[in-house]
Amino acid sequence: MAGENPASTTEYIQHHLTNLVYGNHPDNGWSFAHGAQEAAEMGFMAIHVDSMAWSIGLGVLFCWLFRSAAKRATTGVPTGLLNFVELIIEFIDGAVKDSFHGRNKLVAPLALTIFVWIFLMNFMDLLPVDLIPELLMMVGVPYQKIVPSTDPNITLGMALGVFVLMLYYSIKIKGTGFVSELTMHPFNHWAFIPVNLFMETVGLLAKPFSLGLRLFGNMYAGEMIFILIATTFAAGAGAGLIGGGLHAQIFGEHTSAWFWLVIFILVCGVCWLNLKGKIPTGRTVLLCMVFMTIGGGLTALGGGLMQWGWAVFHILVITLQAFIFMVLTVVYLSMAHEEH
Amino acid sequence: MNINLTLFGQMVTFAFFVWFCMKFVWPVIIEAMEERQKKIADGLDAADRALRDLELAQNKATDQMKEAKQEAAGIIDQANKRANQIVDEAKQQAVTEGDRLKLSAQAEIEQEINRAKEELRARVAGLALAGAEKVLEASIDDKANRALVDKLAAQL
Repeated sequence: MAGENPASTTEYIQHHLTNLVYGNHPDNGWSFAHGAQEAAEMGFMAIHVDSMAWSIGLGVLFCWLFRSAAKRATTGVPTGLLNFVELIIEFIDGAVKDSFHGRNKLVAPLALTIFVWIFLMNFMDLLPVDLIPELLMMVGVPYQKIVPSTDPNITLGMALGVFVLMLYYSIKIKGTGFVSELTMHPFNHWAFIPVNLFMETVGLLAKPFSLGLRLFGNMYAGEMIFILIATTFAAGAGAGLIGGGLHAQIFGEHTSAWFWLVIFILVCGVCWLNLKGKIPTGRTVLLCMVFMTIGGGLTALGGGLMQWGWAVFHILVITLQAFIFMVLTVVYLSMAHEEH
Repeated sequence: MNINLTLFGQMVTFAFFVWFCMKFVWPVIIEAMEERQKKIADGLDAADRALRDLELAQNKATDQMKEAKQEAAGIIDQANKRANQIVDEAKQQAVTEGDRLKLSAQAEIEQEINRAKEELRARVAGLALAGAEKVLEASIDDKANRALVDKLAAQL
């Protein structure tokens, strides 16, 4: 967690915004970067290991989930996972059929992959900002950004993938029509060809960039707010029982993860007992509050509530952004298929 | 925030997952869903058809029942008629048989009477002769009077 002074707060934020980078450093050769400075020095020949790992991991999760549903697909009564998967597929199928009128076997699976994959990547935003980075820090991983969609490489990478498809289908379907579309629009006269070309090229390039940057911007901003809430409310870790909770009295500035783990288990236990009907709900809430206050102090509790509030709102954002990316992809591909 | 190889890494990964989805996920599930849709539609059709069939069958059954009832009523009527007929016939027969028996009995009785008369005649002739013999106390010439007595007996 963050300390008190502005410098360490800035450090905290910067730390959260630094990827785990593996790349070709001019001095050290191929190695992990120690800090943002080295990562910047690596230039293009570097890779964000955390973004790639989470992105691939979540993609594999998506494939595994949907593949196991597909294996269970029957014409009989669908149950459980299959029901859920079919719900999503039906939804995607409807959205694609609404905005894509050509015949293309690629578009619907593409839309499904985009929607579910981006949703999963965005969903990582809802995990507590410090949870996984702190845990990985304990095993010696210095930097970790667990939300791949807050990395412009990831979002632009997908947008570029879509852009390649747009170009491919434009040329395949329209042929020379695509060229005339670029040169003879909007002013249909040979003298305006340079102007047209410029305008149309900008318009064309704007599509993937807006697609990728929109997702990146939204997720980055959302992540920033989580981080800011975390810094604001955890700033007084050493400020006594109110600010830092009991653990600050016991352990001082040094946060023990085991203490947090105990608090976590206590809170989960109380909630579980409530669900089993052993403790009344009012007392459950009270006990949770007490545990949280012991764990993090009142401000931490306030921070927790705010994190929770923003997370609830953010659920809408992550779903909406995944949906927008998918719909725009479909629309762009639909435009690539249509002759003017 | 640096643009680097991650960009291409993500593009490759993206392509791979889209391929995977296109090959192993989408068609399988969509096919299953469409097949199920068809199956459900067929099932509903079949149910409709069955319902219609049931109605038809019920109508047919009602018709048949009505027919059967009519037939049964006809048969009962006929049977009643026949029974009456048989009873009538039997009565007729009984009457004729009775008449016949009566006639034959009468004939027999007449015969019996005739035979008795005959016998009586013969006996009467004998008795008359014996009586006359007794009355006359004299022996009459049997031959001479026999014709007379027979004439007498024939009048009986």
